[in-house]
Amino acid sequence: MRSGVALVAKGQALTRKKIVLLVVLVVLALFPLAGATFYTELVTKVMILAIFALSLDLLVGYTGLVSFGHAAFFGVGAYTLGLLAPKYDPANLWLTLPAAMLVAGLAALAVGVFVVRAKGIYFIMVTLAFAQMFYFVFHDTKFGGGSDGISMNFKPTASIAGFAPFDLSNATHVYYFVLAAMLAVFAFLRTLLGSAFGRALQGIRSNEHRMRSLGFPVDRYKLASFTIAGTLAGLAGYLSAMQFGFVNPEMLSWHQSGNVLLMLILGGLGSLYGAVAGAFAFAALEELYQSVTTHWQLLLGATIIALVIFLPGGLASVTRRFQRTLIGKTDDE
Amino acid sequence: MDFYSFLIQLLNAIQYGLLLFLVASGLTLIFGIMGIINLAHGSFYMIGAYMAFSLSSLTGSLFIAVVLGIALSVILGIVLEWALFSHLYKRDHLEQVLLTYGLILVFEELRSLIVGNDVHGVNVPEILNWSLRLTDTLSYPVYRLFMSGVCLLLALLLYLVIGHTRVGMMIRAGASNREMVQSLGLNINLVYRLVFALGVALAAFAGMIAAPVSSVYPGMGTGVLIICFVVVVIGGIGSIWGALVAALLIGIADTFGKVLIPEAAGITVYLLMAVILLWRPEGLFRRA
Amino acid sequence: MSDAILATQGLCRRFGGLMATNNLAIALHRGRLHAVLGPNGAGKTTLINLLSGDLRASSGSIRYKGEDITHYSADRRSRVGIGRSYQKTNIFPAFTAFENCRLAAQSRMPRALHIFANALDDGPVCEAARQALDAAGLGACGDRVASTLSHGEQRQLEIAMVLATAPDVLLLDEPLAGMGAEEAARMVELLKKLTPGHAILLVEHDMDAVFEVANVITVMVNGQVLESGEPARIRASVAVRQAYLGDAAP
Repeated sequence: MRSGVALVAKGQALTRKKIVLLVVLVVLALFPLAGATFYTELVTKVMILAIFALSLDLLVGYTGLVSFGHAAFFGVGAYTLGLLAPKYDPANLWLTLPAAMLVAGLAALAVGVFVVRAKGIYFIMVTLAFAQMFYFVFHDTKFGGGSDGISMNFKPTASIAGFAPFDLSNATHVYYFVLAAMLAVFAFLRTLLGSAFGRALQGIRSNEHRMRSLGFPVDRYKLASFTIAGTLAGLAGYLSAMQFGFVNPEMLSWHQSGNVLLMLILGGLGSLYGAVAGAFAFAALEELYQSVTTHWQLLLGATIIALVIFLPGGLASVTRRFQRTLIGKTDDE
Repeated sequence: MDFYSFLIQLLNAIQYGLLLFLVASGLTLIFGIMGIINLAHGSFYMIGAYMAFSLSSLTGSLFIAVVLGIALSVILGIVLEWALFSHLYKRDHLEQVLLTYGLILVFEELRSLIVGNDVHGVNVPEILNWSLRLTDTLSYPVYRLFMSGVCLLLALLLYLVIGHTRVGMMIRAGASNREMVQSLGLNINLVYRLVFALGVALAAFAGMIAAPVSSVYPGMGTGVLIICFVVVVIGGIGSIWGALVAALLIGIADTFGKVLIPEAAGITVYLLMAVILLWRPEGLFRRA
Repeated sequence: MSDAILATQGLCRRFGGLMATNNLAIALHRGRLHAVLGPNGAGKTTLINLLSGDLRASSGSIRYKGEDITHYSADRRSRVGIGRSYQKTNIFPAFTAFENCRLAAQSRMPRALHIFANALDDGPVCEAARQALDAAGLGACGDRVASTLSHGEQRQLEIAMVLATAPDVLLLDEPLAGMGAEEAARMVELLKKLTPGHAILLVEHDMDAVFEVANVITVMVNGQVLESGEPARIRASVAVRQAYLGDAAP
């Protein structure tokens, strides 16, 4: 079977990977203590994007369903908070957060029923179309406050029976709460993907035809994946609304949907670490380009084009190539 | 609603539908024949409209502007295919989606840089700037009838060329088997380049003739793109006939929807799509 | 003879103006291997596609264990016990051979929404996968990535995957395609071992193999049944020779 050398090399690669991860975790954990509030809030924003990217990775990277309408569920989660938040009191985190995820999940289930049988290119188009429908509802009707959106006067409170374990108007508390959420989502997806259900999703991505031929009710799996992805996107949307204190229809725009897809390709599809790395990479690019010119979208667009033409595997393929030259073998997820 | 009001709305619906068909036919051609999904297709429509604006201000005539615009868009199409889209043939849908999404960003910002973000109007050419009298109080703009007529003519031309000429045969052959066509000695790259240029020109032309009616504004590209997607989903990808039927259906649903239920106006199109999706997930006229 | 486990009646499939299969009546019985022969274009693969559900019939019916399954989808047919292997290798290239079979075996799990337990902890499923690999002769290759297997090994994996779904009926589409002599002999042995416990439909071009394992042979030409019966009779049939075997008598 495998030679001893290769096994040792793989062991080394795993240890190296573990060290890198540990360092990243420590940096993330200690970050707020070092930087100014501005940077704490920035990284919080990026971690929320990472949750958004992770949710889409389940759908695109692991089930093979390219959705160009994922922002719809992000927005639904955000608007749930916006609509539930009372005018003169803070909303309760422990009630509104699950509510937002539930509503986003239901929305995803509803849309999923329509789109799940669409194959390939149709799927991309109908997800985009349905997301536009949601955008339209929030932008053009008075239901969600129209194009202005909703402003919340208070951050949600985390109090249970009078005692609040943390304060969501404190940037550092928010940071750690979001960090915990991101780690929880990561762990959840990790477990999910190792389970029978998760393996089936990956089988669908690999060879959908054979999965059907083997007896899997593929459409049901796709629907489940779509719904879970939507629920997690709703979580990200909620956190975003919580962080900024307002919601507006641009959260459901297709720019948002396109950007989260871009994060995945930056980080490499089908890799949970890649999704997180992609979110950070995207945020970094955005910050960089915005500091250079007001027409930064031109730079972003050109970057995307160049990326697709020259680097289809994303950042992950670069790191994989790097690893290969170092130890002669890449390690798996 | 009395007869003449109904007639006006119907004519509007048909005009809108036919215009949509023009844009959507380019989209479905490019996908049906070359297998590329092009999110930037709406941008060509927008580029056409802005060309109509700037060229007609320059030359003083919309007709000249249109002729020039068509030539320019064909060139644009050829250059784009050569520089970017030829890379996409072997790639998967996600990569195509992303690249063309990046292209939209580039086009939008370039437009912003070159022409700015203002809304512009384009004048209807004098010859066509009159109305057909229907009743004492109602009349219908001839320019809109002209638009419908032109679109119908182009639809007929498309049908004839693709279905009944040698060039059309090559195009259809290329769609089903690229390698085979190449081995037969036909220059498939040239065919693809021309088809792409045709698709761009169709969208740009639609934007040009629509400019006097819908005015020229930044968001027009994305707006038309999404509706075009709905057209293609309903009509079935790769089917010109399906695109025509679907576009007319959508024209009717949208126009009458706006009149009968103004609040939920924009949604009618998506509801139509949802219903049809339940019944026929692959579109009404799926090409085998 | 026992009742047929899978039987078709008047099965037709049209593609536009072309009648790919016309009025087919085929029956499969448990413990018997039914081979289908015919020149290219005879409609053999169409027949398998119609039975497996990859294609919808234009007319006619298919009965399985007494039930009319003509309108069942491909995945439903698999679930009721009809397994199918493909002529063009149809595996999960990026997964290991073991994972290919484990997924196949997992399809038989009653409650598929297990989202927290690790898939590899499921004893029965993993055991079924290992047994399927062993049966197909791939016991030593489990950890290898499927795309790195040789062509013959991939054909074996094709079979292993079907076996892992524990079907009652096996629809095998040219399992010997592209195999060398040794691998082919192994596959023939496997087919002989499988016959008592399954109802097998075998589409094959390899004459020697077919005459070695078949209990019943049907010869198809132009989408229709030319002749059907015991191997000896088929071998001797003049019509078959003329239409198909030509000058190469087996």
